[in-house]
Amino acid sequence: MGLADAFYNSIVRRNSIYVSSIFAGAFAFGVGLDLGVSSFWDRWNRGRQWKDIRAKYSEAASE
Amino acid sequence: MSRLPGTALRQSRGLWTSVNTARPAFRNTLLSSTRHASSSSPQHAQSFLTSRASLAAFSCLTVGSIAWYTQLYGTLPFIGEVSANSPAEDGLHPVAYPWSHKGWFDSFDHASIRRGYQVYREVCAACHSLDRIAWRNLVGVSHTVDEVKAMAEEIEYEDGPDAEGQMFQRPGKLSDYMPPPYPNEEAARAGNAGALPPDLSLIIKARHGGADYVFSLLTGYFDPPAGVQIREGMNYNPYFPGGAISMARVLFDGVVEYADGTPATTSQMAKDVVTFLNWAAEPEHDERKQIGIKAVIIFSSLFALSIYLKRHKWTTIKSRKIIYNPPN
Ligand code: HEC
Repeated sequence: MGLADAFYNSIVRRNSIYVSSIFAGAFAFGVGLDLGVSSFWDRWNRGRQWKDIRAKYSEAASE
Repeated sequence: MSRLPGTALRQSRGLWTSVNTARPAFRNTLLSSTRHASSSSPQHAQSFLTSRASLAAFSCLTVGSIAWYTQLYGTLPFIGEVSANSPAEDGLHPVAYPWSHKGWFDSFDHASIRRGYQVYREVCAACHSLDRIAWRNLVGVSHTVDEVKAMAEEIEYEDGPDAEGQMFQRPGKLSDYMPPPYPNEEAARAGNAGALPPDLSLIIKARHGGADYVFSLLTGYFDPPAGVQIREGMNYNPYFPGGAISMARVLFDGVVEYADGTPATTSQMAKDVVTFLNWAAEPEHDERKQIGIKAVIIFSSLFALSIYLKRHKWTTIKSRKIIYNPPN
């Protein structure tokens, strides 16, 4: 119960804090999900994506 | 939610079963009190079932659903189809190949796209256009900006009119589209014995079997089997519907030389060019799969949440007990 009460008293009680924590939470969740999924994606597809092979060609072009 | 002890849900389920066992008795008394009011109903149902109106209605329903089915699927279910086509005329089914981008989480192999572009440029571009791909589309996919600029500049494009109203030639820019090999369809047909080489931008989406089909087609040239006549200028390919295709075999070991040292065998080049064409048909592919992962994560957790919320809201209703006290 302690955690739920703390949550209620610190966040839900004032509407301004409640609404702004929802927005902040949504933003943080969006960033977190993006980071998580793209780090999984990059690990799964290592060596296949353009950013993995780009170095070979941009060096060759500048030489 | 925070006000409810965690065991509330479990307790409510126990209550629910005990209420359930009490229910049939309650229902029975209700039914028996209303039974005699509707005693004429069986007869009524009989006359409804045998009436002309219902016969007509059921006939219409049957005819309508059969018509609907045939219009949707072309054939009737469970009835064999008579066709003059032999399997050879429909074309051989391609094998399902293990493409590097086949799985749910797999991106394109961009090194393969780069090699495939080389094959397209050096071989296929002699006959096939690639209308929907601009030079800029290659940037950050298979080539760097500087490489693409240099490639575009090698090609002359007509532009204009200038201040005097004249059209003029200028070197290509990033925003120009891939140059077509022929100025128009008639010239393309004239150069290929009457057959039109289709534009390859969307060919992977435009053929049954997609990437598997095009790969099989490019590597599927054989001598015609005994008894099969192929006209002069046509080529035998069992994957092409009908078996006779105007495009001759174009990929032979060593036709191109890869800069990254990959051996340029026929099947390697076919795999690379098909990966490139698959990218051309679905340039959004890599991003689409990532968004798909996110969508599945978000929607499945919202689904679980909605189930939990529904059960939470319904506990009071489901665990309610209704007791009927008959007046003495
Ligand atoms: C010499 C000219 C020529 C070259 C080079 C060429 N093609 Fe073709 N291609 C044709 C012609 C002509 C057709 C039309 C064939 C027909 O309809 O009988 C065709 C048809 C096709 C088709 C469509 C088949 C179908 O199902 O309708 C595909 C796919 C194709 N070519 C891919 C390629 C690829 C990939 C390359 C490069 C590796 C290539 N072609 C190189 C002339 C060419």
